[in-house]
Amino acid sequence: MVGAAGAASSLLGWPAITLAGKAGGRVVIVGGGFGGASCAKYLRRLAPGLEVTLIERDSQFITCPFSNAVLGGLYDMDYITHGYDAMKNSHGVKVVHDSATGIDPAAKTVSLAGGSSLPYDRLVVSPGIDIQWGAVEGYDQAASEVMPHAWKAGPQTLLLRKQLQAMPDGGVVIVAPPRNPFRCPPGPYERVSLIAHYLQQSKPKSKILIYDAKDKFSKQPLFQQGWQALYPGMIEWISESDGGAIEGVDAGKMTVYPTFGDPVKADVINLIPPQKAGAIAHAAGLTGDGAWCPVNQRTFESAVHKDIHVIGDAVIANPMPKSGFAASSQGKVCAAAVVASLEGQEMPDPSYVNTCYSLLAPDYGISVAAVYRMGENGIEAVQGAGGVSPKDAPDSFRREEARYTVGWYQSITSDVWG
Amino acid sequence: MRASIVVSGLAAVVMAVLLLASPGQAGAVSRGEMLSASCAGCHGTDGHSPGSIPDISGKSAEFISTSLLEFKSGQRPSTVMGRQAKGYSDEEIQLIAEYFGGRQ
Repeated sequence: MVGAAGAASSLLGWPAITLAGKAGGRVVIVGGGFGGASCAKYLRRLAPGLEVTLIERDSQFITCPFSNAVLGGLYDMDYITHGYDAMKNSHGVKVVHDSATGIDPAAKTVSLAGGSSLPYDRLVVSPGIDIQWGAVEGYDQAASEVMPHAWKAGPQTLLLRKQLQAMPDGGVVIVAPPRNPFRCPPGPYERVSLIAHYLQQSKPKSKILIYDAKDKFSKQPLFQQGWQALYPGMIEWISESDGGAIEGVDAGKMTVYPTFGDPVKADVINLIPPQKAGAIAHAAGLTGDGAWCPVNQRTFESAVHKDIHVIGDAVIANPMPKSGFAASSQGKVCAAAVVASLEGQEMPDPSYVNTCYSLLAPDYGISVAAVYRMGENGIEAVQGAGGVSPKDAPDSFRREEARYTVGWYQSITSDVWG
Repeated sequence: MRASIVVSGLAAVVMAVLLLASPGQAGAVSRGEMLSASCAGCHGTDGHSPGSIPDISGKSAEFISTSLLEFKSGQRPSTVMGRQAKGYSDEEIQLIAEYFGGRQ
């Protein structure tokens, strides 16, 4: 007679209906970066019966993390470029290379630029950031081709690198970081460090001016101590109180207009403007009245539309910073929430983490870490944990953290896209 | 002959539904799994680290819990692990250790 065990194993091949608890179990994810790709992979790990579709415009993803190392000449663009083969072949995610142009929250469909429409039971939107054009007067898309922001990696990264390579010795580079909140709080200062590393080797008479819209920045004492040790006399920081905020630019004249003092002309200008959630989030009403998306911080479900979750830079998730690491962490929590929701079960209490490594030089690294939990009023950092690297650490400590910075990048990119 | 196939088929359906409905099956996310997902950001998926960060895949639960507790107390010096381990209660450390240890 037919063995019951044999019959049971063939019946276990009905995963979508039984494991997901209802017909379908279709999850669509918009955005294949740190947030979206992590969510897709971890959904499939947690519930192998789910049908998961990842919509990503580009056939490969170029990361902002480590793009500063490309600018500094340490690595090439290939190093920061990642494909979707493992996503498709190892994890069974359907990857659609197209742009999401609209979301219908009532019909539960996503429209794509190529013309098709994808139905979903749950939607996860991880669109990253878009630039607020015109927030700095005169800084529009045309201006960014002359004064690159390079705050979305790819052609902008290459453009800025080429400008640095073309600059003569003794030239002046301006890096102008924005007010909070913005993507990657330590990023502009790591960029300054690695540009300084390149200039020190190739064009040592050159200078870097930081025109900051803020009065303090992430890991500031550590950065300033490092700059003094590694690049003395090369870097000057102008705070907001000293008039450092850039109010406007004239791209044609390679000139910026700070709050106080005369207009400043420079050879290379990296203007990092104010940002907002990626365009699809705004188009779908997920940002409410603001620049970023309000969500239930336990599940990442949108406060605006049911059955749509938002993760990553686009979300209001303070005290978590806007970072790739945080986006990946949120993607995993969101995956657990979506699986629990589809199966009519409780999700476990969330646990979130962020660690930002910054390279000041190939053998000098620093870090800031935090572990988070869900408190009564939202995400909160666990007291007594986390923090920055020690201020007066020996060279050996900085060297070890530099080694771990590179190791971290290899680990996280394998966790997200591998 | 036909009746016995139908009966054993029914028994198999009931068994399959019972097996899939029980807690701890694929789809139910444990607290240990939730906590451990945080480790992968630096140590790689399931602790498989391709680079300089220590590989923690295939380690025993005792190895994981001893390491984390020593980092947490400061008994073992570290660049970042002390700052990380202090973020978890001793009970949470046990759950992480059991999750990793169970994946050998």
